[in-house]
Amino acid sequence: MSFLAVIGAAVLSALAAIGRVAIFAGQTLSHMIRPPFYGREFGIALLNIGWLSLPVVGLTAIFTGGALALQIYAGGARFNAEAVVPQIVAIGMVRELGPVLVGLMIAARVTSSIAAEIATMKVTEQIDALVTLSTHPMKYLTVPRVLAALITVPILVGVGDIIGIFGGYAVATGTLGFNAAAYIKNTVEFLEPLDILSSLAKGAVFGFIAALMGCYFGMNSGRGAQGVGSATKSSVEAAAVLILAANFILTGIFFSI
Amino acid sequence: MIALNDIHKSFGTNQVLRGVTLDVPKGTSLVIIGGSGTGKSVTIKSVLGLVTPDKGEILVDGKPPALRNRDAFLARFGMLFQGGALFDSLRVWENVAFRLLRGSLKQPKDAAREIAIEKLRRVGLKPDVADRFPGELSGGMQKRVGLARAIAAEPEIIFFDEPTTGLDPIMSGVINDLIREIVVEMGATAMTITHDMSSVRAIADTVAMLHDGVIQWTGPVADMDSADDPYLRQFISGSADGPIESVR
Repeated sequence: MSFLAVIGAAVLSALAAIGRVAIFAGQTLSHMIRPPFYGREFGIALLNIGWLSLPVVGLTAIFTGGALALQIYAGGARFNAEAVVPQIVAIGMVRELGPVLVGLMIAARVTSSIAAEIATMKVTEQIDALVTLSTHPMKYLTVPRVLAALITVPILVGVGDIIGIFGGYAVATGTLGFNAAAYIKNTVEFLEPLDILSSLAKGAVFGFIAALMGCYFGMNSGRGAQGVGSATKSSVEAAAVLILAANFILTGIFFSI
Repeated sequence: MIALNDIHKSFGTNQVLRGVTLDVPKGTSLVIIGGSGTGKSVTIKSVLGLVTPDKGEILVDGKPPALRNRDAFLARFGMLFQGGALFDSLRVWENVAFRLLRGSLKQPKDAAREIAIEKLRRVGLKPDVADRFPGELSGGMQKRVGLARAIAAEPEIIFFDEPTTGLDPIMSGVINDLIREIVVEMGATAMTITHDMSSVRAIADTVAMLHDGVIQWTGPVADMDSADDPYLRQFISGSADGPIESVR
């Protein structure tokens, strides 16, 4: 096979994969607005994706906020700009690090879990069993998880933003000598509504991507333990890359104009 | 009641079914036998719409399934899967009553639980099993729960996929007897696929031997032992010598 044929085959394969994911996403959105709805499964997904992700999101955010404060203070000292720590921590956490880190933690925790669970259901014929029990697998498995992620991840991002800013505040006021009231005042005054809106919008998109990739790779898993492992790995890789790509695009949409 | 006419199905280059034709009259029990990988499961899954045939026609009560309301069509079926296919995250009674807790057959939770416990009793399981999770049960108990789930909504047609695989001979006998009793009691039409000749003798009215993607022999179970079809004879005797290659 010639070099060009190899490239052509790879491009066609990638386009076909994008098409399959797009169709899967379209079907998911279409099923979201058509009954039946499975409230119990949605409730469980809310708990698993939202509530149980809080500890890892909180820990990630607080350490990142603290480290950010230290970095900005040290970097700012090179040109006598140490005082900008509250503003840069706030903007860095809310616009960028909060959504991206929460998105990536959700990809690690939730996408992998969804993919492994659904892939195992597939190889043990539980998906086929759902069909024979007159239950659409996409409505029962995909829609509750994607909807729950769409709702809870923006909230997690909001919580992560606040905890991250608090991490910066704790480090700045505890070790860098910043005045607590001035730090809070500077943070609040510097942030604009668009910063917060972009953060939450990114959270919604990242949540959708994370849950969708878990469901897609789980539903399309190969056979056996290797199939489950491969689906899990691929789902996290795809979710992480798509989250970072979506972050770049959304940042452009919100802030480049 | 169920008719398969010239069904073909390939997966990539592997042609699994090459023209399967079968007829299962209402209220009878057909058992499909054949070696591993001969397309027995694909045949059953084609009827349920889990696999789409490349060619051929499937009729249920004289009509193609595609022309029917999918929910109503599937509500007529029950299926016992090879590994049970129980939902790990649900309790045993919720598995059994799955169909009764949602969709067109939805009932109040208490009524659904009562029916589930009754079906569990029917397959020889005590009510205290109802609140356990599938992972806490033995293989034989999981098969029984799968059987209870298959009959919970009192379907007209029941499919059994390798109902005794992985069970000891005594438990296999218990499951075989249960299947026969339930099918007769409910007047259901049954299709079973198995390698287990004791299951064939216990469950079947009619036997069909599937090999190389086609039905090699079909006839009443009483004629099976006297049939002179070389494929069937080799399968029944379990001999390595014959037209069926031992390494496939």
